[in-house]
Amino acid sequence: MNDVWTYLSQNQSTVLDALQQHVVLAVLPLLIGVVVALPVGYLGVRYGWLYHPILNVSGLIYSIPSLAVFVALPYVLGTKILSPVNIVVALALYTVALMARTVADGLRSVDPTLTEAATAMGYKRTRRLLEVELPLAAPVILAGVRVAAVSNISLVSVGALLGVGGLGALFTRGFQLFYTAPIIVGIVLSIALAAVADLLIVLFQRAVTPWTRAVKGA
Amino acid sequence: MDGTPYLLDGANWAWSSPGSIPHLLLSHLGYTGLSVLVGFVIAFPIGLLIGHTGKGSFLAINAGNAGRSLPTLGLLSLLVVYMSSQGFLPVLIALVVLVIPPILTSTYAGLRSVDPNAVDAARGMGMSSSQVLFRVELPMALPVVFGGVRAAVLQVVATATVAAYVGLSGLGRLLVDGLALNDYGRMVAGAVVVAVLAVVLDLLLGLVQRYVVSPGITGRGLSRARGTRSVAESGAVPEPELVTSKGTS
Repeated sequence: MNDVWTYLSQNQSTVLDALQQHVVLAVLPLLIGVVVALPVGYLGVRYGWLYHPILNVSGLIYSIPSLAVFVALPYVLGTKILSPVNIVVALALYTVALMARTVADGLRSVDPTLTEAATAMGYKRTRRLLEVELPLAAPVILAGVRVAAVSNISLVSVGALLGVGGLGALFTRGFQLFYTAPIIVGIVLSIALAAVADLLIVLFQRAVTPWTRAVKGA
Repeated sequence: MDGTPYLLDGANWAWSSPGSIPHLLLSHLGYTGLSVLVGFVIAFPIGLLIGHTGKGSFLAINAGNAGRSLPTLGLLSLLVVYMSSQGFLPVLIALVVLVIPPILTSTYAGLRSVDPNAVDAARGMGMSSSQVLFRVELPMALPVVFGGVRAAVLQVVATATVAAYVGLSGLGRLLVDGLALNDYGRMVAGAVVVAVLAVVLDLLLGLVQRYVVSPGITGRGLSRARGTRSVAESGAVPEPELVTSKGTS
């Protein structure tokens, strides 16, 4: 344990830089992925025949190993192999694959009598989607966001095998120096980061779906 | 910047040279198979016990979340340094740790999703506890259990590439050596072979699942059952994607 504190005090800035890179590399693709997945998932509900093709394609994308995608993307995008852009695009791709299905299932889970009521109240399609269906689907959608956030945070460290930064760099450094301290710091920070991200999304969900608690309290 | 020449070069496929793609593929499959087997032997009985008795469900629900956030590369590095060993054991442990959560969680969730009326009926017919488990609950839970196994296999196939990082064989060799030699073609070849392997394995397992699961219990019938929904709401395994989450591949 002493090793860990010594390492931390001597390499504070390295660790903080790695942590910061890790956050950016995990959060940016999450945001991009969710923004792209919302319309894709909606299309799967709006045009029913698209639902199964979307499911199949996202299952296929999701089964491709991340390291393979990290390596293949520079070839497709024309980026450098060390570019963080590859990690961001790859993780955004996974997020879309995961979330498109969740968004579609979430929108499908909305009680049709509620949408009919909204229509009867004069809500047009777009307004009904944004103000009625999307909020009611929020619990399901946000459950998917939690999974995507945690797995993104875990996947970023794989980028270290290719020399891209983040907490994974602490793993490779510890391995090369045959020294456990940086590895332990990296693992602890990675798990803590996942826990914090999960907590933030849960709090966000509580804030945007106050009615779920009101019903339970009644 | 071209991946095809390496893949199309016959010399890289020759069985006679030890580092060729067939050898790497075979060792990759070996690591995967052994890890999934060991993980299954550990996780499946525990999942059955927890799912059947309902005791210790906290463990089953949280195993999935814990497993998802643990970075395999970090765990592997730690094990290698801590055990001062570059052999197969640290790799096996790291991969088994990856296998246990999806199988444990899906076995538990599968058993919990069985219609309680069917279980009551079986008991009423005088079945013993173990008969109820193996003749009623397990067959009905099989699609969900199988989903967990598929997810575990996919994760391990993807993650077994890290074996090369600590000096072992497997398809990761193409990636690690390619990076060290600045041979991008070799890396792309490795990426393509791993990706194709993962997709093919998933399709094969889907086929196996179709023949193993009793025709009376299709996945669709199960998702309609009331029990499935209540498990989903309890947060055990809400959606299939929770079971099929990506690990640190």
